[in-house]
Amino acid sequence: MIIQALAFYLFAAVMVAAAAMVISARNPVHSVLFLILAFFNAAGLFVLMGAEFLAMILVVVYVGAVAVLFLFVVMMLDVDFAALRQGFLRYLPVGGAIGLILLAELVLVVGAWVASPEAAVGPIVPIPDPARVTNTHALGRILYTRYVFVFQGAGLVLLVAMIGAIVLTLRERVGVRRQVVADQIRRTRAESVELVDAPKRGGV
Amino acid sequence: MAEFWSGYALPGAIIVAQILVIIVPLLGAVAYLTLAERKVIAAIQLRKGPNVVGPFGLLQPIADGVKLLLKETVIPSGANPVVFVIAPMLTFMLSLIAWAAIPFDLGLVLADINVGILYLFAISSLGVYGIIMAGWASNSKYAFLGALRSAAQMVSYEVSIGFVIITVLLCVGSLNLTEIVLAQENMWFFIPLFPMFIIFFVSGLAETNRSPFDLPEGESEIVAGYFVEYSSMSFALFFLGEYANMILVSAMTSVLFLGGWLPPFDVAPFTWIPGPIWFAGKIGLCLFVFLWVRATMPRYRYDQLMRLGWKVFLPFSLFWVVLTAGVLMATGWVPR
Repeated sequence: MIIQALAFYLFAAVMVAAAAMVISARNPVHSVLFLILAFFNAAGLFVLMGAEFLAMILVVVYVGAVAVLFLFVVMMLDVDFAALRQGFLRYLPVGGAIGLILLAELVLVVGAWVASPEAAVGPIVPIPDPARVTNTHALGRILYTRYVFVFQGAGLVLLVAMIGAIVLTLRERVGVRRQVVADQIRRTRAESVELVDAPKRGGV
Repeated sequence: MAEFWSGYALPGAIIVAQILVIIVPLLGAVAYLTLAERKVIAAIQLRKGPNVVGPFGLLQPIADGVKLLLKETVIPSGANPVVFVIAPMLTFMLSLIAWAAIPFDLGLVLADINVGILYLFAISSLGVYGIIMAGWASNSKYAFLGALRSAAQMVSYEVSIGFVIITVLLCVGSLNLTEIVLAQENMWFFIPLFPMFIIFFVSGLAETNRSPFDLPEGESEIVAGYFVEYSSMSFALFFLGEYANMILVSAMTSVLFLGGWLPPFDVAPFTWIPGPIWFAGKIGLCLFVFLWVRATMPRYRYDQLMRLGWKVFLPFSLFWVVLTAGVLMATGWVPR
């Protein structure tokens, strides 16, 4: 038990510190790297709770894909740090309000769960015994039965976002000669090589 | 105090010993893989390869290692020193920690986690960070170009690797690596899933930045890519990490498609050989193909690389996932 408690405090402390560094680091690339550290520690906390599938998905999706693209973009941007700092006080009330609302919501959710665990869990499907059913199976069973339409809906939203991104960035350029691999493979000797009997000193 | 010894110190010491038992042979294999690469390519090109240091050049890796150790570590003045130093360490560490989940025989695994294959996938998708960080922290255009190429390439090929893994998982019904191997007792998966096997192997070449997808270090265009500015041991860590990743991808190929530690036939002369040796043999076979490809294929052009990943592998592997799921449902072969 004591090892688990130590691990929890280690992960939690590093995560909070990394999250603080995300918003306070001067260099945006360092911010993204600290964000990745925070994701990692969140995955560690998931593992400690026995949610190994979620932990791995967090690492694969957020760290392995989303944060890579983030880092990619941030590295290419030519950011003016002074300009970034200028609006800080002006945006502080709005940002602070959003943070407070999020905090209040979290307190409500966790508070309700702590106050009466039965009431919070009651209407949902009972949690299967982790000793017999693995995480992945349990998630799959609930996701593809009870919440299948919501799940499909989420997929649809992502599809729309993807198509939107393509529509926004696609540009048709004229005069570009693209390589068509099929054409190259279909070429035969007969249509691409011609033997010419050139007369001497005459040229073709 | 007694509880401390039996409860924490002893298990901790056992785990450290197990880690050493995995990592020390692995590092030896990495060192000799560099020699094997030079020897194999030399044989293909009708040369002798390294043959001066020790008998048949067998001491060459040690000489190389000592040379790298004794050189000076240079940190460029314009570099970001912290990220610059962390990047090679990260690459090397990631290539080692993935081995925790690899089963060498039935029950012979450091951490038999339920989501083993996802763990491997997650770790291998992190490999790109070492490269991006190195390219950015070097503050050099060549290094940065190499890092960008590598990032785009690894993210692209990860997608098809993910679909290949899903196909295998559909046939197994578990994410545990031991169960994936045990599911292949009757037939190794490379027979029914042959196209997926090829896609996985080729994507593995791209994921480890090996030839013919070694554009991130394309020496004819961008000198050496992301590690131009690195010297001495920091360079050696990248080098070791790349080779350890090759062995890791070979091990993943063996576990997913070639039956892990299982012998090819479950009859007498094959079953006498212990499982870890079969496993090592399969890894060796995959590694040989890695080297063979390097000696044979010219480097891809960048747009061709992207075309192959997104327009060929991705649709095909997606189609194969749907096909496999359909066949499993239609025939009632769905596991469990």
